Amino acid sequence: MTLKISRLALIAFGLLINSSRVTADSTLVAVASNFTKPMTEIAESFEKATGHSAKLSFGSTGKFVSQIQNGGPFEVLLAADETGPALLEKEGFVVSGTRNTYAIGKLVLWSATPGYVDAEGKILKTGSFKHIALADPKLAPYGAAAVDYLTKQGLLEKTQALMVLGENISQTQQFISTGNAELGFIALSQVIENGKIASGSGYIIPTHEYATIRQGTALLKNGAENPAAIALLAYLKSAPALAIIEKYGYDLAK
Amino acid sequence: MLSPADLDTLWLTFKVASLSTFLLLLIGTPVAWWLARTQSPAKGFINALVSLPLVLPPTVLGFYLLILMGPNGALGKITNTLGLGTLSFTFAGLVIASVLYSLPFVVQPLQTAFNGIAQQTIEAAATLRASPLNTFLSVVLPLSKSGFLTAGILGFTHTVGEFGVVLMIGGNIPDKTRVVSVQIYNHVEALEYTQAHWLAGCLLAFSFSVLLVLYTVLKTPPQVQQLK
Amino acid sequence: MPTLPARFKLAFENFALDVDLQLPSTGVTVLFGPSGSGKTTLLRCIAGLEKAPVGYFEIKGQCWQDSTKKHFIPTHQRNLGYVFQEANLFPHLSVMGNLQFGVKRQTYSTVNSSDFQEIIDLLGIEHLLNRKPDRLSGGEKQRVVIARAILLKPDLLLMDEPLAALDQQRKQEILPFLIRLHQHLSIPVIYVTHSQAEVAQLADTLVVMQAGKVVAHGNLTDTFNRIDLPFAQDKGASSVWQGTLSSHETNYHLSCVAINDNALSLPLITAPIGTNLRIQIYARDVSITLAAPAATSILNILPAVVKEIKADNKGQCTVFLKVGQQTLLAHITQKSAQLLNLRPELAVYVQIKGTSLLG
Repeated sequence: MTLKISRLALIAFGLLINSSRVTADSTLVAVASNFTKPMTEIAESFEKATGHSAKLSFGSTGKFVSQIQNGGPFEVLLAADETGPALLEKEGFVVSGTRNTYAIGKLVLWSATPGYVDAEGKILKTGSFKHIALADPKLAPYGAAAVDYLTKQGLLEKTQALMVLGENISQTQQFISTGNAELGFIALSQVIENGKIASGSGYIIPTHEYATIRQGTALLKNGAENPAAIALLAYLKSAPALAIIEKYGYDLAK
Repeated sequence: MLSPADLDTLWLTFKVASLSTFLLLLIGTPVAWWLARTQSPAKGFINALVSLPLVLPPTVLGFYLLILMGPNGALGKITNTLGLGTLSFTFAGLVIASVLYSLPFVVQPLQTAFNGIAQQTIEAAATLRASPLNTFLSVVLPLSKSGFLTAGILGFTHTVGEFGVVLMIGGNIPDKTRVVSVQIYNHVEALEYTQAHWLAGCLLAFSFSVLLVLYTVLKTPPQVQQLK
Repeated sequence: MPTLPARFKLAFENFALDVDLQLPSTGVTVLFGPSGSGKTTLLRCIAGLEKAPVGYFEIKGQCWQDSTKKHFIPTHQRNLGYVFQEANLFPHLSVMGNLQFGVKRQTYSTVNSSDFQEIIDLLGIEHLLNRKPDRLSGGEKQRVVIARAILLKPDLLLMDEPLAALDQQRKQEILPFLIRLHQHLSIPVIYVTHSQAEVAQLADTLVVMQAGKVVAHGNLTDTFNRIDLPFAQDKGASSVWQGTLSSHETNYHLSCVAINDNALSLPLITAPIGTNLRIQIYARDVSITLAAPAATSILNILPAVVKEIKADNKGQCTVFLKVGQQTLLAHITQKSAQLLNLRPELAVYVQIKGTSLLG
């Protein structure tokens, strides 16, 4: 009698485990720092919608690329540019045909002090700040975009000596939000809430004044067989995900 | 090959480490002496405080320093009032951070050396007409020579190897705060592996030769358990 | 004779020092007592290595401490010599470097090369001058340390159990040097020890300490032979007599030593007549008879008067006697004391079976 019951329980338990394995998988995702907030939200809604889960790792695109080249376990990459995914594809780390532009980033000149940055960004020409923070242009697309903008405005020379470089866009924001740098260039998504800049003061740079920040995604070979990874890439194109991306001030790729 | 920018980071690193080591010995000596001699109940507290960087992640120290040195931080307010501006993103700020970060690596070998000098030896010097300062210079110093050498070398190499704190408060400015460890990291992130190899090789060779000196020339190598 | 006033009050967690002494300004004063009695602390207070909250010390008209006036001269400015229990030579300096360490810094006196030579000869360390301390024996180290201290021509020499860390053989090696030093130096020496043998051999004045207080203080023979002090009951208890070599009986290999109006026969002493001598008589070597023994092999029989008797709980008793002006301790059994009906003021004879010469 007892034997029967316990055997039954065992079978039921085994079924339970099996079924959960079939329906819910988990995928490891490398996410560029600027996309931290939207991706956190997207992952939540992705989990609700599909039952799969996404484990997110945030950092600079450059770091992720070199980690992936050296055996990093990531299955999906959400880069801050398109050159990273392209390079990885050329080197055979990407499942071919999976590269896609998921968002177009916007650059903002931001200060933690309210009223410090004016609506047209004139402060760059007139201000007497000591430090201007940006992400290292060699490593981070937003840093490169900032340099591009400054060059086009003829302000590179003036600002060069005042530049402090963050290792990624999040660290750049830290420099500014702690007041160590009076202002700096970061991603709009980092400071936007409900369609406007939530704290401090900022100037959203018109997109035509710097090289477009096209943010690319790709399915990596590690995730080629993982249903969750494949589902996540598909979900990024779904209406709820696109709404979240737009909400954080990104443009969508046409 | 090493690019001029890489050479600049090496030179800057050397400057930061040399100045930090000098300051560390200057500050560490009285602290270590006090810790080695005192009976004060505050000894445990100060010992723990000095040893904190041994166990604390550099990012914690970097984070606090970033806040402290900023215009709204206590230190930042002081330096601003003094007309020095804020210390973050400056060479001086980097040196101060290095001193804090490497303090236990200098204080502990010195403390061990000082502990090895019997109280009676100090007292004997006093009964032989040597003033306290004179005793320190002519008895304590020569008797703790190897402790000073160990402390200096560890302080220097540890400052050279510092990364987390620099990354957090340095701002990666060429010739001011871009030290070699950060440069290597940047090379790796920018996928410039050849340059990363060159610099990393330099550091590896440097660190190994220093330890080789410590363990062969010096007969009393630093104890790992004492440092970690 | 001027004296050195020494008053100190000092309290540690479970020990308190409270002394008020007038120390002699010549000869060797031994601070004697069990460990923990405060003798080393007193020495350290005198040296200024310990700063007693209440303290006064003066030497040669110079005040080293007067706590009532908040006056305190730090150790390195006091003209003293200090010999520690452990021979703490500076390991990074040669013997010569160690000897010169203090001399170079001394401001009170100058040391010329003949002083230097004299002290090196006195302590027999000439052949060691170029050695490093780690190549010296324990006894050699202690001799260098003593030389290092007295080279400074201090006003006061303080010695803290300089022999305690040495084995018996090394002690015997150093003691002659100390005795020579004793005869040679004119400065006051304060010497801490818990060894009765060192007291008997070196002390001129004895200060007996217990639990941070002075329990007896006086010249050696009076103080050392007192029955009320803890070491009178000791198995190795002894009395010390001062005497003068008065004649020789060379055919018997004996010498005669006059002690006030009494005389003692000792094995032949090779020293000129008139030499001052110190003789130690162990209490166990003294026996007591009521009548003068007629036929006995013992040479030294002296009339004495019983002064006090103290019994222990092991069948032994200590008898305190007066022999002329000298005092003498005897250890006998309680049974003998009862059979002889010993009591204070009883006139008796003491037979001294053995004596030893202390130099």
